[in-house]
Amino acid sequence: MGVGITVEQLNAFYGKTQALFDINISVLANRATALIGPSGCGKSTFIRCLNRMHETIPEARVEGTVRIGDISVYNGTSATQLRRRVGMVFQKPNPFPTMSIYDNVAAGLKLNGVHNRKQLDEVVHKSLESSALWDEVKDSLHKKSGASLSGGQQQRLCIARALAVQPEVLLMDEPCSALDPISTGKIEELIFQLKEQYTIVIVTHNMQQAARVAEFTGFFLLGKMIEFDKTEKIFTNPSDKRTEDYVTGRFG
Amino acid sequence: MRTRFQQQMEDLREKLLRMGGLAELAVDRACQAYTQRDLSRCQLVLENESLINAAEREIDELAFDILATQQPAAVDLRFILAVTKINADLERVGDQAVNIAERVMDLIELPAVELPVDIARMATAVSAMVRRALESFVEGKAELAQAVLEMDHVVDRMRDEAFIVLVRKMNEEPQVTQQALDALLVARNLERVADHATNISEDVIFWVVGADVRHHAQQVAASAPRIERRQQ
Repeated sequence: MGVGITVEQLNAFYGKTQALFDINISVLANRATALIGPSGCGKSTFIRCLNRMHETIPEARVEGTVRIGDISVYNGTSATQLRRRVGMVFQKPNPFPTMSIYDNVAAGLKLNGVHNRKQLDEVVHKSLESSALWDEVKDSLHKKSGASLSGGQQQRLCIARALAVQPEVLLMDEPCSALDPISTGKIEELIFQLKEQYTIVIVTHNMQQAARVAEFTGFFLLGKMIEFDKTEKIFTNPSDKRTEDYVTGRFG
Repeated sequence: MRTRFQQQMEDLREKLLRMGGLAELAVDRACQAYTQRDLSRCQLVLENESLINAAEREIDELAFDILATQQPAAVDLRFILAVTKINADLERVGDQAVNIAERVMDLIELPAVELPVDIARMATAVSAMVRRALESFVEGKAELAQAVLEMDHVVDRMRDEAFIVLVRKMNEEPQVTQQALDALLVARNLERVADHATNISEDVIFWVVGADVRHHAQQVAASAPRIERRQQ
């Protein structure tokens, strides 16, 4: 099951440049939360602070508190432990190109020391079913490489790979921006189904996508969280003029 | 930013204003026709109706196109929804004007009689409501729309009084029953026009402040800070 995320007074820096300013947000468990805002507003930086990817950049640092379920992300938890509980899907599908479909999905488990064939088979099957890819690849699990799939299939493979280690939170950073409308529709449908078991945070440039898939939406601007509310409210009657100007296309 | 969209929205606004002008004119002409027993004004109202109907279709088509192609949100989405509803109300206002004109054409055939009801006063109040409702749309001001809501009960009371005195008149002087019945129907038509002006005002408030004030108009006061912010 998914867990909630609580962020308090989060500030993020790239060297001397501050990218996020005093972000406070509570993400509910088993809900899809969308983050929107113009390029460079900090939404991707924010999502990368949730699984400690931000700190992998030289001179980047984070201040503040992030809690995912019962663990404190920046206090006593290793990045490896954390990322078992927080999966991530990126803008461009990034399957391991030389690995088979099966091995792509099983990679996380194998890294964690699971080598029992029966257990791996079960997890691969379940993960590919959860990512709505099983029917399309079940006959070529070992024959085809991850890179041989279409863009939409590759992205669903990456989702399956993330789900295989049974995370509680799934972070998605513009997961459909490189996909055609049909593949985008499949991913959106998947998000709708996956939130029953996972907490989903999705960064998207496509405001209609946020409106379609997320129960809650946060609007970022210049590193600040301007407004966070139910998605219906953000897209029909936002409280802040800047949010309204953005969702109505007056800037951004 | 989004030039084509902004042009379409402006076009929609202008079309609705023209439609509003036609509906307002129809009511004014119908009321003048009643008070002056003027057949020519009745004819103008009837001729005007086809223009109103054509305008209604045009507005709906444009709103439909914008919704289908531009995915409007927030204040823009509320504006388009409000326009489509106001459009329907204005078309009904036109229908009520036609009903009044038809009553007048009936009355003109009958001997003129003195009736104990001031239809002209009621018509003035109703015309003012329509005019102010349209002004609130033009200005995008919820306060103007709120003022229209508060006028509705005045017209309702006029209609109730007209019913009482006209029914009494019919009982006392059966020979003027037809004229009294026509006047009573005109009063009812005018009250319906006032209801449409009220609906238009509610839609303007929805557009401007995002509040649904149908059936509980007094709560709009709670949105006052929001109204101020929008006007900045």
